[in-house]
Amino acid sequence: MTARLAGPRALTRYREALTRARDPGRRVVSVCVGTGCRANGAREVYAALRAQAEKHGVACEEQSRATGCLGFCQCGPLLSVAPEGIVYQHVRVADVPEIVERTLLGGETVERLLYVDPATGRPCRTEEEIPFYHRQQRVLLRDNALLDPTSIDDYIALGGYSALCRAFEMGPVAVLEEVKRSGLRGRGGAGFPTGRKWEACRDAAGDLRYVVCNADEGDPGAFMDDALLEGDPHSVLEGMIIGAFAIGAREGYVYVRQEYPVAVERITRAIDQARDLGLLGESVLGSDLSFDVRVSRGGGAFVCGEASAMMASLEGRRGVPRRRIIHLSERGLWGRPTNLNNVETWANVPQIVLRGADWFRSMGTERSTGTKIFSLVGKVNDTGLVEVPMGATLRDIIFGIGGGIPGGKGFKAVQTGGPSGGCLPAEKLDTPVDFDTLVAEGSMMGSGGMIVMDEDTCMVDVARYFLRFLASESCGNCTSCREGLWRLRDLLGDIAEGRGTRDTIALIEELADTVKATSLCALGTSAVNPVLSTLRHFRDEYLAHVDDKRCPAAVCKALITFSIDPDACNGCTLCAARCPQGAISGEKRQPHTIAPELCIKCGICRDVCPRDAVRVH
Amino acid sequence: MSADRERGVTARELRRIAAVLARYPQGDAGSLVNALHDVQAEFRYLPEAALCEVADHLGLPRAQVYGVASFYQGFHLEPRGEHTCTVCMGTACHVRGAARLLETIERDAGVGAGGTTPDLKLTVEEVNCVGACAIGPLVIVDGEYHGHMTADRVSRLVAKLLGEGASR
Ligand SMILES: Cc1cc2nc3c(=O)[nH]c(=O)nc-3n(C[C@H](O)[C@H](O)[C@H](O)COP(=O)(O)O)c2cc1C
Ligand code: FES
Ligand code: FES
Repeated sequence: MTARLAGPRALTRYREALTRARDPGRRVVSVCVGTGCRANGAREVYAALRAQAEKHGVACEEQSRATGCLGFCQCGPLLSVAPEGIVYQHVRVADVPEIVERTLLGGETVERLLYVDPATGRPCRTEEEIPFYHRQQRVLLRDNALLDPTSIDDYIALGGYSALCRAFEMGPVAVLEEVKRSGLRGRGGAGFPTGRKWEACRDAAGDLRYVVCNADEGDPGAFMDDALLEGDPHSVLEGMIIGAFAIGAREGYVYVRQEYPVAVERITRAIDQARDLGLLGESVLGSDLSFDVRVSRGGGAFVCGEASAMMASLEGRRGVPRRRIIHLSERGLWGRPTNLNNVETWANVPQIVLRGADWFRSMGTERSTGTKIFSLVGKVNDTGLVEVPMGATLRDIIFGIGGGIPGGKGFKAVQTGGPSGGCLPAEKLDTPVDFDTLVAEGSMMGSGGMIVMDEDTCMVDVARYFLRFLASESCGNCTSCREGLWRLRDLLGDIAEGRGTRDTIALIEELADTVKATSLCALGTSAVNPVLSTLRHFRDEYLAHVDDKRCPAAVCKALITFSIDPDACNGCTLCAARCPQGAISGEKRQPHTIAPELCIKCGICRDVCPRDAVRVH
Repeated sequence: MSADRERGVTARELRRIAAVLARYPQGDAGSLVNALHDVQAEFRYLPEAALCEVADHLGLPRAQVYGVASFYQGFHLEPRGEHTCTVCMGTACHVRGAARLLETIERDAGVGAGGTTPDLKLTVEEVNCVGACAIGPLVIVDGEYHGHMTADRVSRLVAKLLGEGASR
């Protein structure tokens, strides 16, 4: 165990010793083992890399590293080589020997592993050449590629915890002023000004205060916070320590989604390392600040991302929100003043302290400053995490960075703001993405989920999906949310299953207004946004379901039929062999047919057909 | 009291529960969710006796412990199958056809989401996003993530899991 650092000067010396021991020109191969790449076999690639490098007598500790998400998950497992900046995509275990021999040892590029820009057909050697990256402004995610998230030394070597030292020099009042002046707004969804929230907590009466990090990341389809906690946990922790200093808090909690076991492990380890070095605990870095942090796991309840429900959960109770007549900043956890911020909000803090409010304000728009990370997923070519200055348009993000819609399909909608947000149509693609504009358009920024939908996505189905989700996640405490969402879900079901009429739509609109007006917490009041925004922008699609009993996107099962195009089918019999119902018949090398009365529309025939001959309409 | 508590658990299991609880200070209500996670990691579900032990250790009413355990989706009050097949029902996976995957698994396994096959071989469940959204739709089999899943492939995976049960 390393000794506790006695003060900022000791930290500087510690950092200098680290950098002296490290040769900046030394070649390092980093394998992304973020969630996406892990699912694609990145851990096996990393293990193979270590084994192969060792065979060649390479010092693995210094020349290989497993990192958090690099953002371009679509092309994972991703591997990057410093200092050249070479990026390899879709790396397999079988590619490793060549990478070690030619790149790690020889400094050459393995051409066939490079990403090819589909627009130009040109292979891209480095990140800067890949369109997905070069249109981004990566402030928060940049370090993910440069550090091993399990090493506090890597973080310190890159300048980590110098923002904390700077904060100590400035004093708590100046730190708070700087955060206020930066215009930083909460990244968890509501966009509340962070400095003002801190101030309210600092000024609240009480001797013990808490700071809490919201890492519940309930938006299903978003993983920005996961990527930060897995990939750069100390940046979040440093932000919390600075916040505790400015607010006068002695204890902190990180409330992490239990579905993120690796994030739990990384932040827990980061806290232990920081404590060992004297960056947490009594007298942080020899200062008057005493502050420690605990990790608390969620239990898989969306509503626990809501501030007051989270406090209940942290206290060992069911995660039921309370009416917030009194703010958390006055009476939060255990009845004491509490400041809750999202992971990404905390991660911005060290940079603001270090580089100043003016630098931060230079990014983004007047009222939405800084950058924002989005989880760009769904029906888009280049899925992953993108970080852009606030105010970038939806088109910049989806088409400029994400490369548009796969398979030549048409763009239909983009869903932002998670279950509390809404869907915006193609006409709104030039909307700048900032807190206020998205709300004005009937959606919201939310925490940064951005789910792209193409012409094969049914908007009735999407609305139904969110209502199902929210109806099952309602805590059940208030009647209008509990009963209202269940009813809305059933009404959407009626439309999707061909039982709906125009009256059903009218009823949905009326009930949605009631739920919005009378629910106790924001889960209920915002739960109607997905259905209302789809009704607003895609009403024709609802009408096709109720008037013609037709699902134009061919998604709603009750309204579609499967058939085989006789001109495309060559009678390979694959579908007949795999059909679980035995519903497909036909002679070898002759077009097959589906018996509609047997077909359960499971779609397996479409999955297996090598000639794309299965039609759904 | 102690006879009631020992119902359905062996002395050894009680010792395992006690070992987990030793990590948490007595009477610390704030540790409840974490403690339940750790006990569940031991048994893969929360036996009734464990709930009682947790309540006693943390000084909480049993009703509160049961209330919390049944409130959160992450806790299971029934024994679980030897294998688990989890379908991500997050938005990103949904727009890429997750519902169809779940239907396929439910049909093949003969149990609905949240259910376990009668031979305790396979538990089928849903999750709302595990952060691998970029490569959805996603199915998790015994902790292994499988991205870009199709109904056909998942059907083969389930057949393997169920078949394995038969041959053992
Ligand atoms: C139903 C519901 C779920 C929420 N889930 C999250 C979440 O998963 N993560 C998050 O940071 N904020 C979530 N929020 C917002 C929080 O209540 C809170 O506003 C936020 O964590 C404050 O941090 P910020 O100011 O840094 O954004 C949720 C709110 C509601 C109403
Ligand atoms: S997980 Fe590897 S790039 Fe996102
Ligand atoms: S939506 Fe399936 S992993 Fe996120």
